[in-house]
Amino acid sequence: MTDWTGIGISLLKAFLVFFGVVNVVPILVWAERRGSAFIQHRLGPNRVNIAGITLFGLVQPLADVVKFIWKEDYVPSHANRAFYVLAPVMLLIPAAMTFAVIPFADDLVIAGRTIKMQVADLNVGILYVFALTSLAVYGIVLAGWSSNNKYSLLGAIRSSAQMISYELALGLSVVGILMIYASVQLDDIVRGQGELLFGILPKWGVVTQPVAFFLFLAAIFAESNRLPFDLPEAENELVVGYHTEYSAMKFAIFFMAEYMAMVTGAMLIVTLFFGGWQIPWVESAELKATVGEIPAFLLQLGAFSAKVLFFLWLFIWVRWTLPRFRYDQLMRLGWKAILPLALANLFVTGIVLYFT
Amino acid sequence: MTGVAIAFWVLAAVAVLCSLLVITSRNPVASVLYLVVTFFCLAGLFVTLHSHFLAAIQVIVYAGAIMVLFLFVVMLLNLGTPQWFDVATTPLKAVALVLGIGFVGALAAAGVGDFEPSATGPAAGVHPDVLGSTEAIATALYSAYYLPFLVTALLLLVAMVGAVVLARRER
Repeated sequence: MTDWTGIGISLLKAFLVFFGVVNVVPILVWAERRGSAFIQHRLGPNRVNIAGITLFGLVQPLADVVKFIWKEDYVPSHANRAFYVLAPVMLLIPAAMTFAVIPFADDLVIAGRTIKMQVADLNVGILYVFALTSLAVYGIVLAGWSSNNKYSLLGAIRSSAQMISYELALGLSVVGILMIYASVQLDDIVRGQGELLFGILPKWGVVTQPVAFFLFLAAIFAESNRLPFDLPEAENELVVGYHTEYSAMKFAIFFMAEYMAMVTGAMLIVTLFFGGWQIPWVESAELKATVGEIPAFLLQLGAFSAKVLFFLWLFIWVRWTLPRFRYDQLMRLGWKAILPLALANLFVTGIVLYFT
Repeated sequence: MTGVAIAFWVLAAVAVLCSLLVITSRNPVASVLYLVVTFFCLAGLFVTLHSHFLAAIQVIVYAGAIMVLFLFVVMLLNLGTPQWFDVATTPLKAVALVLGIGFVGALAAAGVGDFEPSATGPAAGVHPDVLGSTEAIATALYSAYYLPFLVTALLLLVAMVGAVVLARRER
């Protein structure tokens, strides 16, 4: 018998998560512009209004969207048209698929049915995330190559080298977490972080694997091409790198993919190192017994969102604080600092786990 | 037809089509991308066989790492559309054609007759989620196949050291 209610719930979850993440993007763009203005002692966008309502500049993203849609969608005559059009799509699809395995609340029990608050509880868990993040590079490389422009190509080549280098660090820094919580499924990892360490500290990833957290943070900044690792689009050297030739909605898609990668990055940091939806010192079962099923769900969703928003702000904060690395410094950091440290961390974790 | 069978035929058809396009398309970058699609279809086939771990690894290693390197090299060399593929028919080509047709014929004769895609699930008595799961593969690798696993790791290490030695400039 086909479980139509189950299928309906799954589709609804997929839609709601996608809808939520897509709508975080314009708000993030607003936060980035207002945040950078705040850091640089400016005002930022605050004039666009609908009948005098500016909502602290939140109407600006609406105006931006209208502008992106109505601008001339120009394809340079020297570009390789098919790949030029394909590239932004190839960047957006993996960016939009990664959220599927991130759990955002504890299982919800309604009318005898247990609903996992995760679009897909895959057996491979974190490997699915790595598989998709490793595909993001195609969009960038194709964009740079098909534009047939030396700055774009240089940006694309830098980005492929950077993403391959930092993918290793990204993968290796997480292995310690997988060893401690003994699972690759993100749901199990979040559950493992609900316990208390020595009875006082929450057993979050950042407590059990502090070194891995910093390595992972650096690697995730590099993977999402954000400053201080935004070499693929370094504007004072490469105009804007791989998307130099793009305009209108195609440019907007690159923009969206970058911000979606940021959201993925923040969600991953929270899930692996900051307890996901766990509220510190409050057990999920106890919470549900005290305040009821639905309020507990909302509280956990709120905790998850708050943590994610903090890390999104961290992304913006770092971007407007730190200068960009030089290319050789970037490579040296990746291969000679982060990679050996990640391996050493793994070794020490293994020894500690063996003797405990 | 069951869902698995439909998935099998779609994935298999796309995989065969794309692998033909890999060798027939004139643009090297297009060839690389068709190969990526082929790897995706293979990953999809692994999923229909309940080998989720293998599917993930297929995408991470082949589509995500090796093909990116291919693309990197093709772009750096910037081959464009090569002219030197249009060589005249040589005896070697005729031999290759005959051997190729023979190989496909042999495969078809061996497999197609008693092939039933819906029967490609896991063996009876094994829970499908257990068979190809990360835990199952890890248990097999670290117990029954421990020595081969270590030897393979050592082999890869040797290859890596060799590459570094070859690439190092003389001082």
